[in-house]
Amino acid sequence: MAKITMREAISQALMEEMDRDPSVFIMGEEVGVWGGTYAVTKGFYDKYGAMRVKDTPIAENAIIGGAIGAAMVGQRPVAELMTINFGFSAMDYIVNQAPKLHYMFGGQFTLPLVIRAVGGGGRQLGATHSQTPDAIFAHFPGLKVVSPGTPEDAKGLLKSAIRSNDPILFIEHATMYQVRGEVPEGEYTIPIGKSKVQREGKDVTIVTYCKGLELSMKAAEELSKEGIEVEVVDLRTLRPLDMEPVIESFKKTNRAVVVEEGWKSYGVGSEIVSRIYEEAFDYVDAPIIRVAQKEVPLPYNRTLEQAALPQVHDITAAVKEVLK
Amino acid sequence: MKKEQQIDLYYQMVLIRRLEERGAELYQQGKIGGFMHLYIGQEAVSTGLIAAREPRDRVITAYRDHGVALNCGISANEVMAELLGKATGMSKGKGGSMHMADTSKNMWGGHAIVGGHLPIASGFAIGDQYAGNDNITICMFGDGATNIGYFHEALNIAKTWGLRVLWVCENNQYGMGTAVDRASAVTDIRQKAEGYGMKNGQVDGMDVLKVYDAAKDALDYVRKNSQPYLLEIDTYRFRGHSMGDPERYRKAEEVKKWQENDPIGIFNKQLLEKKVATAKVLDEIEARVEEEIAKAVEFAEASPEPAAEELYSDIYAD
Repeated sequence: MAKITMREAISQALMEEMDRDPSVFIMGEEVGVWGGTYAVTKGFYDKYGAMRVKDTPIAENAIIGGAIGAAMVGQRPVAELMTINFGFSAMDYIVNQAPKLHYMFGGQFTLPLVIRAVGGGGRQLGATHSQTPDAIFAHFPGLKVVSPGTPEDAKGLLKSAIRSNDPILFIEHATMYQVRGEVPEGEYTIPIGKSKVQREGKDVTIVTYCKGLELSMKAAEELSKEGIEVEVVDLRTLRPLDMEPVIESFKKTNRAVVVEEGWKSYGVGSEIVSRIYEEAFDYVDAPIIRVAQKEVPLPYNRTLEQAALPQVHDITAAVKEVLK
Repeated sequence: MKKEQQIDLYYQMVLIRRLEERGAELYQQGKIGGFMHLYIGQEAVSTGLIAAREPRDRVITAYRDHGVALNCGISANEVMAELLGKATGMSKGKGGSMHMADTSKNMWGGHAIVGGHLPIASGFAIGDQYAGNDNITICMFGDGATNIGYFHEALNIAKTWGLRVLWVCENNQYGMGTAVDRASAVTDIRQKAEGYGMKNGQVDGMDVLKVYDAAKDALDYVRKNSQPYLLEIDTYRFRGHSMGDPERYRKAEEVKKWQENDPIGIFNKQLLEKKVATAKVLDEIEARVEEEIAKAVEFAEASPEPAAEELYSDIYAD
């Protein structure tokens, strides 16, 4: 096992898949000469050239619409949204075209397409550049939404996403590129649509993903010192949603906290809590608590921004609350 | 153009006209649902255009797509079956009037969001450029689509990257009920290509042979130069925007004036005058089309509804 950063993991996945399959190419804003605004594709332009690492105009409809078209005619584009917030400019393509084109034409078109998007707050970028709108995208059947929380998962899931024949939105977190983690040596992939228990425990189940996983693992560490053992289930894929490990864990602990970075209302947590109540109501020992972003546009000021984002202490408090 | 091909073009135009007239009746009877946009009046545009393509060239269009589907070689049976939402339609009854495609015939849809298919057309050309072939993507859209952002993003990237796209604006004078001069800063749509340094042209869309010639030239340019081209084709729809259009935005005299320029009537006259075909041959085409449409309706009505499990099929490919 090698310890690498999230950035390196994503970069390795892209490079390995580009080496493996000549139909894979990258397109997006500043992915080439610049090397990617988060340096994920640094060195790619020199290695693969302009045809495989395409610098696009700042025009999200041309990028995502173009990637859809290229995928329909047999290529495997990986389109990059510099931030997921810019995805709103291409909303028609992400939610109204890509998820429909296979179904609506009776399966004639396939879209082996990955849209990599950087999301999340915490970098003082102001309200329009800091959102975690994952739940919106996960609402649409026909789209797959993946959002990893460890380098190992990021690499394995991105490789699977590139090999998949479906349109996949792959959401990375802007503050997690330096997160380090163990990654298996050599070739591996991780299946899309499988949740995973990232830490075992018996007292409370935390259900989370992406940035929420980082926070939840820290909270679990702290709680452990106080003798509370939480089990952390990482969704990894929001659609299709794999509830099996969640329900299995909940039947063991009978208590749960759901942690997400997005807003609480109509969020990922709302879905998870509903599913637990639907599928395991008899096992509920305490009301499930959602930890999420405060219902405000994210402010620039660092203190205010951090006050709006979910923190480790919010999670530890919620766990203690469900144990009361 | 050879006589046989000219006669075939005439047949295609009559086929579109009669299929849609029958479709309108079935719509009134409640057998066709949703939105249905008729191509009647515009038949010369796609007939001339698609006749000029190589089989390897891709066609993509907006929701007024029945004629384009027929011109690309999709059978009247399949078009009718899709209109009736049957399992035997080319989109298995899940697409309907606005979503007809058959990739084996290089017909890539039938797209219902105004302008939304233009960046996808650029994407086809990106894929073909990446593959290193010289296929052309023929992207058809209405005048209304040239006022939306998609159009500009798609044309910009096509010119910047040297993509082989023939952009075809079917200027039928109205975007739904809003006349071109009420919605567009310039009324000669082709002028918009100038802003992107893109070669462009304009042709009378009521004359199928003129359309064919203009399309041939434009396709040659695109293929040889690996550059996009915008062709504006002036035409007119004789029916409403879609079924159930009260047509308050235009006067009956205007419609009548254009109908005197019926593309089928014009071509009929040309064929007779140039002695390409006799009246008897053209009458036989009418009879043949009548029969084909009757059979298509029979086929569609006899076809099964999609099975209940089709609800959940083809959501994902994997």
